[in-house]
Amino acid sequence: MMKLPMRFMRGTVVAMAAAASLMFAAPDRAEAVDFSGKTVEWWIPFSEGGGSDVWARFYAPYLAKHLPGQPNVIIRNVPGGGSITGTNEFAARARPDGLALVGTSGSTQFPYLLGDRRVRYEYHDLEPVLVSPTGGVVYIPASFGIEDASQLGQLTDRELVYASQGATSLDLVPMLAFEVMGLNVRHVFGMTGRGDGRLAFERGEATIDYQTSSAYLTNVQPLVDNGTVVPLFSYGVLDAEGNVQRDPSFPDIPHFVEAYEMMHGEAPSGVAFDAYMAFFASGFAAQKPAMLPNGTDPEIVAAYREAFAAAAADPDLQAAKGEVLGEYEQAVGDDVEPLYHVATSIDPEAREWVRSYLTENHSVMLD
Amino acid sequence: MVTEALMEALGNVLTLQHFTYLMVGVLVGLIVGILPGLGGIVGMSLLLPFVYGMDATSALAMLIGMLPVLAIADTFASVLMGIPGSSASQATILDGFPMAKKGQAARALSAAFTASLFGGLFGAAVLTICVLVARPLILSFGAAELFMLTLFGLSMVGVLSGQSLVKGIASCGLGLALGMVGSAPATGEYRMDFGTLYLMDGVPLVIVGLALFAVPEIGDLLRKNSTIAEKKSSLGTGWLQGIKDTWAYRWLTLRCSGLGAILGMIPGLGGSVVDWIAYGHVVQTSKDRSQFGKGDVRGVIAPESTTSAKEGGGLVPTLLFGIPGSGSMAIFLAGMVLIGLQPGPAMVGQNLGMTYTIVWSLAIANVLGTILCIVLAPNIARITTVRYALVAPFMILVISFAAFQPSRSYLDLVALLVLGIVGILLRRFGWPRPAFLIGFVLATQGERYLYQALQFSGWSFFGRPIVIVIGLIIILSVWLGARSNKGGGSIQTEGSGAISDTTQMWPQIVFTLGVAGFFVFTLYETVGLSFLGKVFPIGVASVGLLAALLVLWPQIRGNRASREVFDGEELRKTDDDGPVGPLRYMAWLAAFVAAIGLVGYFLALVIFFVAFLRIVGKSSWLQTLILTAAAAGLVMVLANSLNMVMPEGLLQEHYYQYLFWPLR
Repeated sequence: MMKLPMRFMRGTVVAMAAAASLMFAAPDRAEAVDFSGKTVEWWIPFSEGGGSDVWARFYAPYLAKHLPGQPNVIIRNVPGGGSITGTNEFAARARPDGLALVGTSGSTQFPYLLGDRRVRYEYHDLEPVLVSPTGGVVYIPASFGIEDASQLGQLTDRELVYASQGATSLDLVPMLAFEVMGLNVRHVFGMTGRGDGRLAFERGEATIDYQTSSAYLTNVQPLVDNGTVVPLFSYGVLDAEGNVQRDPSFPDIPHFVEAYEMMHGEAPSGVAFDAYMAFFASGFAAQKPAMLPNGTDPEIVAAYREAFAAAAADPDLQAAKGEVLGEYEQAVGDDVEPLYHVATSIDPEAREWVRSYLTENHSVMLD
Repeated sequence: MVTEALMEALGNVLTLQHFTYLMVGVLVGLIVGILPGLGGIVGMSLLLPFVYGMDATSALAMLIGMLPVLAIADTFASVLMGIPGSSASQATILDGFPMAKKGQAARALSAAFTASLFGGLFGAAVLTICVLVARPLILSFGAAELFMLTLFGLSMVGVLSGQSLVKGIASCGLGLALGMVGSAPATGEYRMDFGTLYLMDGVPLVIVGLALFAVPEIGDLLRKNSTIAEKKSSLGTGWLQGIKDTWAYRWLTLRCSGLGAILGMIPGLGGSVVDWIAYGHVVQTSKDRSQFGKGDVRGVIAPESTTSAKEGGGLVPTLLFGIPGSGSMAIFLAGMVLIGLQPGPAMVGQNLGMTYTIVWSLAIANVLGTILCIVLAPNIARITTVRYALVAPFMILVISFAAFQPSRSYLDLVALLVLGIVGILLRRFGWPRPAFLIGFVLATQGERYLYQALQFSGWSFFGRPIVIVIGLIIILSVWLGARSNKGGGSIQTEGSGAISDTTQMWPQIVFTLGVAGFFVFTLYETVGLSFLGKVFPIGVASVGLLAALLVLWPQIRGNRASREVFDGEELRKTDDDGPVGPLRYMAWLAAFVAAIGLVGYFLALVIFFVAFLRIVGKSSWLQTLILTAAAAGLVMVLANSLNMVMPEGLLQEHYYQYLFWPLR
């Protein structure tokens, strides 16, 4: 029993040291929380090997290291129903004892934002403890003779082809981006992943594409370097005030709002842009949130936030993060709430606009 | 540079640490492979949690080490028990299992292992060269070409139709219609999903495979009061004969290995159909087809060499483009990301050493896996000499466990039960199940690629050179299949023979009406969708309905000599003295699934074991308890290492917080 306080002290000190700059949560509030000898289940509503699975598996050892009592953290995959099934189950089943958390993704947030009737989870009831952003870059073939987004006006007469995974998948974000931008794009659905879409682009079947950051760097950057591909814009990231900023992985590529200004000479606005911003936040800027169940004790929530803050600052994690987390700053501590809120909220008017846009243009039935 | 990288990689692989991890992968692959129904996805999922924090070459060795062994070891279940060892070894059953029943299990296994070894090494060799040059090949296969390959796969239905071609077409139509459950690739509309979340993603392939092949086979074996092997000795002799067979058909082995490597290399076709394509190929190109389906060794060699070669081929798009060709490759990709390797052009540039580490691991694991399988074969084969009533509950355990892997849901088991009964009836009435499975596997792909090809390039895609070449191959293959055989050129994948005057006609008429009814239902469900969402299902349902009506006509007329008339019960009347008839077998299965719905998987399994062993197996209490404990232990180990929650029943729903693992 002598070991316990020692181990606990160490955990708290590490957590405090790392979290001090980010938050001023009183450590003694969390002192009652101790997970020694316990097993924490991290629910992932996707199957093994997906992006969310990799993300959670990467974080799990660091979360275990920094939670008080250093519990065993295991990943529990509950796949099916496009991630709605597992999240529904978590919302109905998980007990608020700090031994279960869930990690979702843009494809879980989208049906919620769209008001899909099969969704039984309420994001605003859950307690967010971590938000991981991601990013992506949209590009076109160099053969169009366009050098950057300012010349995009030349393309509005031409029909571009985008190889999409589906109208309500994560590819809804580029779809809305093209719509706001005023590009004429035909969406060909049924791709099984972004890799599939990139292959269609490389074959010349698709003429506009995007890749997430790490895939862009490894697979598209060589094509940019040899002059066959031109990047147009990145989606960008959100700062603490909710403004779009350049993607830290691509400081030289304009973000979407900049690109819009380059093309149209003014800042984007209107209901379509509001809709784009909601889905961009949910699908990229705050793509992967981790949450505790509704009604979790504030002390436990605080302990988790501290643990994730300490985990994100852990030098081992920083050294190993590579392509899993990329260059993106992880939202931890007090930064979690605002970003989470943006990613899980949509203006009712914008929601209606997207719903009717999808129904009219892509015969998507949401009810 | 290439040879240098090759040699350096070999040096890396042969270090002790690397070799140890390779062995870990090999052993996991062996166990998962031997367990029926569990395939690469389960194996990879078991290994993935350990990858984190390992150094790159060791992690690659472990993950890659599993793949070839799995493709070799899954032969055991297919040959010895007539149950697909994984979804890639379904075609092996057609001839492998009849050979085992004839007492030639050793010959079948050794032919399969030798063919697998050759195929696996061939695949590794292809990988060595092709990573450097395959980029243009893969880039030349667009949606149009992939659609033609799907058609090529569907054309195999012609040779797998058994005695009645229209039954084959209707059966394939059933598979296609079932494969369209879920969201439409073109529009995302949900079809035939009854508004449920479960059917949103469609019916999982592993369930269809197990339901069609394993469930009927277990029921069939239970009807006879005997062991699997009809001869006394478990394996028979013929280890050398099997190796000689593979040597005698070396050109076939080579052809099929090449076929597997190429089909594996083209992303998007999916590994679950290449074994059938290989089987169709060997039938088409053989002069004497009388023994296919009854125990022709060529029917074992062809699919085994193909599926093993596929692994090496399948790594090419995975490494070069990050596009997984199968479920296990998808998890392998995740493993690569976890150890900090991003697939892409760098894999043949600065990371070429890593690529060749994979090649060597693949080759060495192939050899190790073959040796292990040969060494273990006599022990594993003993299972065929055990009274089947004692083996059956374990088989039901493993297939039900495998069945709920895709979505970890109770509904997986309901789907297994429903489709299992369909499988039993298909078998009884002589509707070719391979045709059903091919249709199911290719349904989504066929629709998706046709739609994409039209969207990308319009109808002009038929003029593309590779499309024309594949079109010619299809015509050639159909012609080869049809030549010199008036009976449609097909082999017996199901029973055959006219039925006598004493057999009742109504059961098969009712079943045929049920099939026709399913097509009508498909029409009814999809007719209200948008054009792109309904055109494919309506086309399939119309053709299927027509075929079903053509089957129905002679049945109603009572033409007992017609090829469309068949009832497997006809042949069975005399030799059934086993513990469980077909109706009672279905009742057992239904009771098991119902019990899971009440008390959850684990508890239901224990109850099922005790009841089955006492009532059907006539075991003593001691034997019952030992076997039940073994089963419970197996499930606990597997569930625990996969961090899996087993399907839950009403008990778990209402009293979740009072229960403890493994009950919850």
